[in-house]
Amino acid sequence: MHWRASVLALLSALLLGVAIPSAAFDIESMPTPEMQRRYDGLTHELRCMQCQNQSIADSPVGLAEDLRRDVREQIIAGKTDAQIRDSMVARYGNIILFRPPFTPSTAWVWVLPFLLLLVGVLIAVRIVRHRTTLVANDDSVIEPEDVTR
Amino acid sequence: MSRFLIPAAIFLALAGVLYVGVVHSPNKSTMQSALLGKPVPDFNLPVLGKPGMTLTKAQLDGRPWVLNVWGTWCVACREEHATLLEIGRQNALPLVGLSWKDEDEAALDWLSQLGNPYSVVAVDHDGRTAIDFGVYGAPETFFIDAGGRVQYRHVGPMTPEVWEREFLSRVPRGGLP
Amino acid sequence: MIPELGQFALILALVLAGAQAFFGIFGAARGDLRWQAVVRPAVAGQFVLISTAIGALVHAFVSFDFSVLYVASNSNSALPTFYRVAALWGAHEGSLLLWAWILAAWTLAVAIASRNLPASFASRVMGVLGFVSFGFLLFTVATSNPFERIFPVPADGRDLNPVLQDPALAIHPPMLYMGYVGFSVAFAFACAAMLEGKLDQVWAKWTRPWTTMAWSFLSVGIALGSWWAYYELGWGGYWFWDPVENASFMPWLVGTALIHSLAATEKRGVFKSWTLLLAILAFSLSLLGTFLVRSGVLTSVHSFAADPTRGLFILGFLIIVIGGALALYAWRAPMLKSPAGFEATAREAFLLYNNIFLVVAAAMVFVGTLAPLIADALGITPLSVGSPYFDRLFPMLMLPLGALVSVGIHAAWKRGQLGNNRRRILVGLGVAVLCGLTLVYAVYGPGKALTPLGMVLGVWIIVSSLFDPIDRLRRRLTLPRAVLGMTLAHIGLGVGVLAISTVESYSVERDAAIAPGESLVLGRYAYRFDSIKPIEGPNYDGVRAVVTVLRDGEPVALLHPEQRNYWVQRSTLTEAGIASRWNTDLFVALSKEVGGGRWSVRAQLRPFIDWVWLSAALMALGGVLAVSDRRYRARAAASEPAVAQGSAAEAT
Repeated sequence: MHWRASVLALLSALLLGVAIPSAAFDIESMPTPEMQRRYDGLTHELRCMQCQNQSIADSPVGLAEDLRRDVREQIIAGKTDAQIRDSMVARYGNIILFRPPFTPSTAWVWVLPFLLLLVGVLIAVRIVRHRTTLVANDDSVIEPEDVTR
Repeated sequence: MSRFLIPAAIFLALAGVLYVGVVHSPNKSTMQSALLGKPVPDFNLPVLGKPGMTLTKAQLDGRPWVLNVWGTWCVACREEHATLLEIGRQNALPLVGLSWKDEDEAALDWLSQLGNPYSVVAVDHDGRTAIDFGVYGAPETFFIDAGGRVQYRHVGPMTPEVWEREFLSRVPRGGLP
Repeated sequence: MIPELGQFALILALVLAGAQAFFGIFGAARGDLRWQAVVRPAVAGQFVLISTAIGALVHAFVSFDFSVLYVASNSNSALPTFYRVAALWGAHEGSLLLWAWILAAWTLAVAIASRNLPASFASRVMGVLGFVSFGFLLFTVATSNPFERIFPVPADGRDLNPVLQDPALAIHPPMLYMGYVGFSVAFAFACAAMLEGKLDQVWAKWTRPWTTMAWSFLSVGIALGSWWAYYELGWGGYWFWDPVENASFMPWLVGTALIHSLAATEKRGVFKSWTLLLAILAFSLSLLGTFLVRSGVLTSVHSFAADPTRGLFILGFLIIVIGGALALYAWRAPMLKSPAGFEATAREAFLLYNNIFLVVAAAMVFVGTLAPLIADALGITPLSVGSPYFDRLFPMLMLPLGALVSVGIHAAWKRGQLGNNRRRILVGLGVAVLCGLTLVYAVYGPGKALTPLGMVLGVWIIVSSLFDPIDRLRRRLTLPRAVLGMTLAHIGLGVGVLAISTVESYSVERDAAIAPGESLVLGRYAYRFDSIKPIEGPNYDGVRAVVTVLRDGEPVALLHPEQRNYWVQRSTLTEAGIASRWNTDLFVALSKEVGGGRWSVRAQLRPFIDWVWLSAALMALGGVLAVSDRRYRARAAASEPAVAQGSAAEAT
């Protein structure tokens, strides 16, 4: 049991990456791990408006730096994630969010795939029902094949 | 027939959407400022070339004005500079420059070399004010009405056509007070 | 002179394409053998002419002919030879020419391989391909001529986009186009069958190898793009659900559904409508994929230049082609019914369920990719869609598919008879649960919510795929290549599911600013920043760092991340330092100097990420293997009884 504990400890270190003190200096670290987690989450959720498809976390351009700083300052000032997102949307529009919000006017993008799945399932049910009736009247045997699959 | 109708309907709908998308100027809605109709954010910025002076939103309230975001590092800004000089000369609207993430010395050099179309230039070194305006690149030009609300934003180099169509057209009849 | 020769060759090719289309389709409609006889020479001629055009363009690039606008825009005197050739498809005009050339090559292959097919059918297939070629060549000649000259001749070119100066990205477009063009062959087969009025199992059998080859190429093309993005662009990311990526992924999903639908159509004559529609859809998405990116419809936020003329042309072409195909489909719809029945647990049924999920997944990607455009066009609230949307919805659709594959692979045609295979299914599931949960709880540790599900399904798919081949070998039965190929491809799928689950759940990433001598620690690995020095290349300068990676204190890898400034286009690119171990990638990339000799870097552990691309290779290999099966090389004589059988089945 002893070796398992150390394996698990190493694994958690692997996952968190911060458990073992690092000899390096973190450039944009937050005062607490909780804030760091929120910062990482938010900066990955916000689009760099100058780039093709990058988050402000991944983008090296000046605008991304400024926006990251803004997120950082808002977190330290005690704003919630929702408030920070709202402030970004107020200035840049929904486009700055990678995740489309689930509001009455934008929910369609989330709902549509499920509707399509429902339609697909209904079509499949109809087809299978039809074919099942056909097979009941069909006594022919399918040759065991060596060729086709 | 229904086997045909559903695929055809979807196809036609999509063709319609794509057609509009191709014909529309691309990303029109994404270029629209999120601040349209909303008040200009508060700001208090140093003035370029006038140490000790500051420019605030309050000073500009009461009449329409134009904000032009630019930088000496921005190639497209150089493209639009001739148009801006013309606009500055006509003086139909106060043209306020926002020197964005730039060096004061470089900005002053640029203006003295190429000409200064601006009534006044505010300096935003760290970009805080620009992001409050929802700026994501240079150049961008905003039309702000007498009530201090953003009415239009143009992304990209200013052209005489855009100036006439989107900016001059928004000046209230009877001229400025 | 030579560029003009190329341009002339293109115009001639356009004429030949028109002839090929006209005589191919109307020659068959009229039963006129002399008209039909024009087709194969036209195909050969087109290939020669377009090859000439390509040759002319390559010559212009290799000889630094900057009087050609395309060469001036995409090349430079300092550009190495390999990239001067690859620059051919570095931008719009050349890409179209490449498409046209690959299409001509595939058509030639069809012309040669189709001697066993009934003459009128072959004629129609080549006719439809000629029509597609005509469209592409017309578009090229009219709006996107690569041979346009520029006066005055610039002293030097604007250089190939540095991002494209890379071996993987050099091969990526040709591979993708091999896939897209291959689907146009499937499309041509579908249209020919509809024109002919004969949609039987024989037709399905002929179509399968072409479709599977196309699918294999597309798989490789997509994987190359992903791999390139990983080491060149994305700070260790390998898939971003970028519109460009999605544009290639949608045809792949539909193509997968198509090859499975074709299997059912060939075996039992069912799903003819599905197969036809999927063939049309796969081709349409390929066209859309090629063009969506170039028409300016889905560009980045700050791009000002877009050419509506080109976009309209493409749209027009799409409407004609797809509209025409759908009209054919409506005309032939009555004859698509088949009398075959099957049970809810039959192989056909499972293929149907799978295809529903695949098509809905493609539709979901479509919705997400085009949502901003749709919102804009309809004037409703603007929105944007990024990874969070796709990352959430895609697994929801793919994980049920994994379960369906694992069970359905045991199902027999027509009557399912899953009861006979109950032991296999349960044993497979048991092994999967055991392995999957071991990986999660004993090896790696808890990951995300869906991680155990992904691991279990990945193993289940692999194990389920192995039962039949092993059983055949044990019973000393034949193991046809078709079965082996299918097995390999499904194993590839399972490996892919496992690899993606692993890399998404257990990657570690750290950003930090470090100076030479300092280390960045990620779990058992330490990235020690040893040194950094300036470097110079053929058309760039920059810096190169040396990073030693230690595992439990022992050096295991040496990484050389670089940052390059390309002179001509004045862009800065980062080259990551990557070491691939069997179970993880060690990744480090430079960002920028932050003063005091410190550099900000990103270090990552990416477990099993190489297996993601390996899985694509396995799938592609499986496809190729299946296509090389003996049955596809049956000669005309041998295929006649099958034709008779097919018609007999049709009659009942």
